[in-house]
This record gives sequence, structure tokens and C-alpha cells, in this order.
Amino acid sequence: MATADIHITEGEHDHDHDHHGNFWTTYVFSTDHKMIAKQYLITGIFWALIGGTLSVIFRLQLGFPDADISWLKPLLGKWITEQGKLDPEFYLALVTMHGTIMVFFVLTAGLSGTFSNFLIPLQIGARDMASGFMNMLSYWAFALSSVVMFVSLFIETGPASGGWVIYPPLSALPQAVSGSGLGMTLWLVAMALFIVSQLLGGVNYIATVINMRTHGMSFSKLPLTIWAFFLTAVIGLLSFPVLLSAALLLIFDRSFGTSFYLSDIYIGGEALPNQGGSPILFQHLFWFLGHPEVYIVLLPALGITSEVVATNSRKPIFGYKAMIGSMLFIAILSFVVWAHHMFVSGMNPFLGSVFMLLTLIIAVPSAVKVFNYLTTLWRGNIRFTPAMLFAIGLVSFFISGGLTGIFLGNSAIDIQLHDTYFVVAHFHLVMGSASFFGMLCGVYHWFPKMFGRMMDNRLGYIHFWLTFVGVYMVFFPMHYIGIAGYPRRYYSFTNFDTLNSFSDLNMFVSIAAIFTFTAQLVFLFNFFHSIWRGRKATANPWESNTLEWTTPVVPGHGNWPGEIPKVYRWPYDYSKPGSKEDFIPQHIPFSMTPESNLPHENEMIKLEKEEDVNVVVVDDKKGH
Amino acid sequence: MFKVIIAIGVVLLVIILLTLFRIGTLVNVVKGTNKEKVGSSNKINAGLLLLFMFVAFGLFFWYSIVYFDDYTLPQASEHASSVDFAFWLTMGLTGVVFVVTNVLLFIFSFKYQHKEGGRGKFYPDNTKLEILWTVVPAITLAGLVLTGLSAWNNITSKASDDAEVVEVMGYQFAWGVRYPGNKDAELGAYDYRLIDASNQFGIDLTDENSYDDFMPLELHLPKGKEVLMKIRARDVIHSVFMPHFRVKMDAVPGMPTHFKFTPNKTTQEMRDELGDPEFDYFITCTEICGRGHFSMKLKVVIEEPEAYEAWKAEQPTWLKLNEDYLEKVPAEKRELAKIKAGIEDNTETEASL
Repeated sequence: MATADIHITEGEHDHDHDHHGNFWTTYVFSTDHKMIAKQYLITGIFWALIGGTLSVIFRLQLGFPDADISWLKPLLGKWITEQGKLDPEFYLALVTMHGTIMVFFVLTAGLSGTFSNFLIPLQIGARDMASGFMNMLSYWAFALSSVVMFVSLFIETGPASGGWVIYPPLSALPQAVSGSGLGMTLWLVAMALFIVSQLLGGVNYIATVINMRTHGMSFSKLPLTIWAFFLTAVIGLLSFPVLLSAALLLIFDRSFGTSFYLSDIYIGGEALPNQGGSPILFQHLFWFLGHPEVYIVLLPALGITSEVVATNSRKPIFGYKAMIGSMLFIAILSFVVWAHHMFVSGMNPFLGSVFMLLTLIIAVPSAVKVFNYLTTLWRGNIRFTPAMLFAIGLVSFFISGGLTGIFLGNSAIDIQLHDTYFVVAHFHLVMGSASFFGMLCGVYHWFPKMFGRMMDNRLGYIHFWLTFVGVYMVFFPMHYIGIAGYPRRYYSFTNFDTLNSFSDLNMFVSIAAIFTFTAQLVFLFNFFHSIWRGRKATANPWESNTLEWTTPVVPGHGNWPGEIPKVYRWPYDYSKPGSKEDFIPQHIPFSMTPESNLPHENEMIKLEKEEDVNVVVVDDKKGH
Repeated sequence: MFKVIIAIGVVLLVIILLTLFRIGTLVNVVKGTNKEKVGSSNKINAGLLLLFMFVAFGLFFWYSIVYFDDYTLPQASEHASSVDFAFWLTMGLTGVVFVVTNVLLFIFSFKYQHKEGGRGKFYPDNTKLEILWTVVPAITLAGLVLTGLSAWNNITSKASDDAEVVEVMGYQFAWGVRYPGNKDAELGAYDYRLIDASNQFGIDLTDENSYDDFMPLELHLPKGKEVLMKIRARDVIHSVFMPHFRVKMDAVPGMPTHFKFTPNKTTQEMRDELGDPEFDYFITCTEICGRGHFSMKLKVVIEEPEAYEAWKAEQPTWLKLNEDYLEKVPAEKRELAKIKAGIEDNTETEASL
């Protein structure tokens, strides 16, 4: 009880300062978790547009290899050759930056940064994050990283172009590709800053979830969103430092003449002095983050989905404990499967066998999650809000993209499919589109709490249908192209007769990509229009159970004007037999719902009374 | 002019859409439908989900069946069938799961759409069910792991001692091929510091084994004989990919790798099978390596063993083509080098070796 005590006092203290904020402290250098969440969201949307635009440009090249694209010259300048074609090195830069931006800046910062910040204090019943100042630093480290990465798009030698995995020696040698010059340096600097931001954020999320839960909010009553954010933060905290070390060693190799990753290289007419390094070492270090990173972007999306599916099915999430268990299991396993990205890297085939076994095990908890979502829908009373539609879309992508992972995790099959379009199809569905849908789902669902207004539903539906159909049109055909053996990151396939039979399908994919990207304008309009002109929201528009909906329509600094509500029950008491309403929020004590209590919950009423005595003590303390 | 018209058209379209949106909003306000908790849109979305399912599965089955031959590659090596078996076994199992789970997702969504006065079923868990759907996938996956493992162990096992050895080296942006030669069956030593414009492989001429090595412009391999492909790179990472042979292995600077396989269809046989007289096997690169990544193509020819041996016997050694490098051969070995390289066709000396 002591901790709850202290925080209430602190919270009140913060609350007093609320009214003295000026423009800079309110909107720019804010320490309020809700404002920081919005900053992350807006920056994430900005990056999503950049990342999407880059992909449209390279899809033009892949879908219409013969087209004259000189009309892009005002935008791309010398990267359009005199024949009106995209420069092949810039093509690689586009692919690289698209990957980097989407994985890190949109789906890590934009998704986790937004919703961990916004929802953790609101859903666990805290006034703010454990350290608001660190939280602010976290955003501004990210913003700085964003500036550096953005600048790298415009330098003369072009941005990094060694693929988002930046395997050395390609990324270490400016002679190998022009993007490995200044562009790569900026990439590394930006990523180092990004990792700093992630660590500052992660420590904060973990500390907040562990220490600042309101009275009664035990771990077994946490919404699945919070479990997801918590585990994501733990994964990030353990794996991002490894990427930092990989990047540091690469910086040494690039600038200080060391040979961590370099050995026996003859390039540009000269033999380099570096010997004894191992390019495979980098791959191990990179994928030690790179694979958990998949779950860093996916788990928050799955957490958000759990919450949205339960709310809109008007049913408890099926298998709450199994959901937590499978997330935990996924989080642990995510650290021991990294080398499945390296089956054909030349590493010992025995390691390949081990990693194949571990990789396929991870399909089990993933399958459990899917079955639990399906059972949650079963015999529900489903409301198709835009958020709910995006959640259903996510589950579909998670199934379709997850199953192809079973092919790629199998080292024998991976021999053929590795680095083909099959891989592109796989991860764009399971990690790209699924997480992206999780993000959109979260925006539609929590928009009323963020801005006090509703987004327009009809535009939301239009946005969903165009995007859902569009995403499948873009990524499903890539499976066929991949099975046919098309390697990824190819500027053109015209050199190969065998690999040139799908120009029609490639054109189809490109048109679908442009279509899907354009459809996002509907969302942009809806989002910004609704911030100022949307219908006013009510305090709990979706009739949801979690704590954030007990705050005022627009929660101020400190979130709850008076006492932080206490929590008595789990967050999924939807459609409970006997109760009048089909939802009972977490802060309603069992003593108020005798008609719907289960036998063991009636026992809890006695405990509630004892706790109330404690509450009086807290109030007394505050009185003087 | 054309561009201006397009621009005006786009602007008008946007204005029309915005007006429609505004009218729709106002109509909603007048009708009061904007305050409804669950409107008619719920039915429409539920119906669309079902429609999407039918259309999407229709397209999926149609394309997968009709274009089967277009997206599947014929097999040209002995282990290809085990890779493909693992692939199609996985496809069969996951295909069923893919269809069933997606169907349930969309059917449930449609069937349990909101009904006025209806309620969800309070059904928070069922331990038996959960154990069942943990154990069944686990067993299925164990089966897949076993088939995968046996194929993988077989493919990555040690090559036999009499395997045909050939070296493939990736560099920006092409592949080089080196054969151990006709006089000895050993590839000569190399050192990347010896590489120059002519000595692309960095051949070490102090090693006797290197004198008869030859580097043709195409990769020829015999049908039905095990091949041990030694793979290296000299600048950045490349990756040898021979799609018809189900062969892929990275070429890493400083860390030689290898892949063993047995081709089982000659180029001619594959041409007949495909009905394409122009067809050629090839190696291509699957690890991003710079500007010309997409153009690293090397022609591969599979021949009957006799034709292969004949082709091999005809190839001039590298040293014969680059006689000025004889200077780099240590003086005491120069005679031997000349003989092994075929510069001096002295059969008597050869016999006495």
C-alpha cells in the first residue's frame, strides 16, 4: 500500500503544475506521456509516408521496367539516368531506406512508442510514466535520430544502400557501393541515437508497469495490451544493446582500420590489409536483435488486437492466461531463433538443425494466439468498428504470413526460398502488414481518448477495405514469384529468361501498391480532420472495461482529476451472465454486482471491505 | 497541357469527394444515425467480410491451379526432390490450416455480427480445448522438423572423396570458375594479396597444384556425378543460387564455404522437358552486393560424363594463357610448371613424373 500512497501524492503534485505550462512545455518538450505519445504518432505517420513513397518509387521500376520516369527528375534529380531510368544504386538505397524506416521508425517507434506511452499509465492507473523527463529524452533522441536519417536521404552519395541488414563488407567499404560512404555513416549515427531512444523508453515502460500500478491492479488483472508492451520493452532492452555493439564494431571497421568483420578483401584494384575478421560475426550480432525485433513490432500489435477484439466482440478474451503464456513463450524463444536467417550463410550446418528446431517451436504459441482470437469471436455480438475491422485484418495477415514462416524456418526448404520474394511476401504479411494494421487499429480505437473526438466511421470503413484488399493484392502474388525463384533486391529481371516470366504479376503488384498507398490518404484526411472537426467523443464510446475510459473525455495532466480508481476485477468482464449492461469496467467492485458475480467472486467482496479500510488511511494521510 | 488537365481533374475529384463526405456527415446528423451505437454499416461490413473470403479463396485456388507450371521450377539435382518434398508437405499441412482458420475467422465474423438485444457468450476459457490446440500443432511441427532435418542432414553431409571439385568465386559483378585441372585433381593454393588484373583468383604459383588449374567462362558439370562446389568471394558477400538445382550458399570473403550436389539432368534433357531450345541453367546472386547485384549471371552446362571429360581435356590452363606469369614460379619448379600447364608438350617427361 505504501507505494500507491506515495504515487498519489506525487501525482497530485504534478497536477498542480499543469496549468503553468506554455507552448514549449506543453507541445514540444512535454513530459506528459499523452503528449509524448502523440509526438511519436505524428512522427511515425510522417515516416510511414516517406517509407511508403520510397516503396512506390521502386515498385515503379519493378512493375514497369521499360517506362520512362524522367518526370520524377524534379524529385530525384541525378538518380534518374539520362535514359529516364532509375539508377540501380539508388534502387538499392530505396530498398534499404524503405526497410529501415518501416521497421524501426514506423513500426518500432511509431507503434510501440505511441501506444506504450499512451496506454501504460492510463491502463494501469498511474498519473504518468515513472520518469517523465526520461520519457521526453526518449522522444527527442528519436527525433534527432529521425533528422539524421532524413538528412541522409539528400546527400550526394545517397543514403545507405546495403539492405536494411547492412551486412559488411558491403556496408563497410565505400568502394563497394556509393551508399556505403557518408550515407552509411549517417545511418549508423541515426541508429545509435535510435537505440538510445529505445532504451530510455524501455526502462521507463518496465519501471512504470512494475511499480506504478494502481491499487488492486495485480499482474493477473493487467489488460493484454500492457502485458504486450511490457514484454516488448523487456525484449528491446535485452536486444537493442547488441545491435549497438554490432554498429559500433562496424563504425570501428569503417573509420578506424579495425578488422572485426573484414578479411581477405580485394576491391577496386587493391588488396585491403584487413585480415582475420568475420562477416558472419556481424550477421550473428545483427540478427540477435533483428529477430527479436520482429516481435518488438508484432507483440504490441497483438496486444492491441486482444483488447479491441474482446471489446467489440462483447466477450472476454478467450484464454487470458494462455495469451499471456504464449506471449511470454514467444518473448523467450525470440532470443534463440536468430540464426534461421543464416541457414545458407556458411555457418555450421549442425547449428542450422538446432535453430530450425527452435524456430518451428515458436509456431506453437503463435497458433495458440490465433485459436484464442477465433474463439473470442465465436458466439460474440460483434460490432464492426473500424478498429475491429483492422483487428480482424491483422488476424488474417498473422495467419497467412505466419504459416509461410514454417516453410522458411525449415532449413531444407530455406535453401531454395532464402532471399527470394517468398521471404518478402512472408515478412510483409506477418510483421509488416499485421503490425501496421495493429497500429491503425490502435489509432481508430484510442483516437477518442487522445483527441476527445471521434474519427469518421465511414471513412474508416473505406480506408479499411481499400487497405485490406490492397495489402493482399500486393503481397499474396509475391509468394508465387518467390516459389518461382525470383531473388529479392533485384533492380530488374530482364537478364534472365527463367526469371522474366512474371512481368504481368509484377506489374499487378506495383499497381496494387500504388493503389494501397493512395488509399492511406483517406486515413490522413480522416485523422487530421477529426482532430479538429470530428464529432465530440463521450468518455467511454466503445463501452470498454479498461481504466483509461474512466478518465475525463480529454484527460489532463495527471490523468484523473481526483483519486485514481481502484481495480477489483480483470478487464474482460463483457456479457457477464446476470449483469444488466454487457460490460463491467475494472473499477466496479464485486459488491456492486451481486447479480453477476461468480461464486469465487462473492468471496472477494469481503476482501474489498478490508481494503476500503486501507483506503481511508490513505485519505487521512493526505488530509493534513 | 496534358499534365495541367490531369492536375485539374485530380483537384476536382478531391473537391467532389470532400463535398460528398460533408453531405454524408450532415445527413447523418439530421437523421440522428451518427449517435447510433451500431448502425446498418455493421451488416454491410459483416457481409463484405464474407464476400471477401469467397472472392479471395476463389482467386487463390484459381491462380494456384491454373498457373501451377509457371511458378514451379523443374528439378535438376538429386536432392531437389527431398527439398521439394519438404516444401509440398509443408504446403499441404499449412494449406489446410490456412483455409480452415481464415474461413473460421470470416464465418465467425459474419455469423456473430451484432444483433439488437443479443449478447456475447461469457466463455473465458476451456483448458481441455487449449491443451488440445497446443499439443496438436506441436506434434505436427515435430513431424515437419523430422522431415526437414533428414533432408538437411543429407544435403549438408560430407562430400565423397571422389566428388568432382570445382571452385566458384563471386566478385563485383560476376562469377569466376576454377577447375583443379587435368594433371592433378587438386585446386592450387591462393592468396587474395596476389590478385591482379590477370590473376583474378590470386593463384599462388609456388604451389605445384596450381599449374594445371584452368578458368573457363562457363561452368560445366557432369550429369550423375557428385559435385563439391567450393565457394568464395573476394570483395563483398555474394550468394550462389542455382534455382533448378535447389542450391544456395553464400560466398563470403575470408571464409570459404561449399555445397555438394549431384546434377541429374543435362542441359539438353532440360531443354526437351521444357520445350525450350534456348534454355540454359545459370548461377545468380542472392545476397545484395552492390550496383550490379541483379546481373551476376553465369551460364551452367550439364553434360553427359563423356562429353564433360572431353570438354575438360580441351581447356587450356591458366598458366598457358598467361605465360608471363612463369616468372613468378620458383626457378626450380619452372620446368614442372611448363609441363603441367601444357606449355611444353613433353609426354616423355610427363610419364617420368
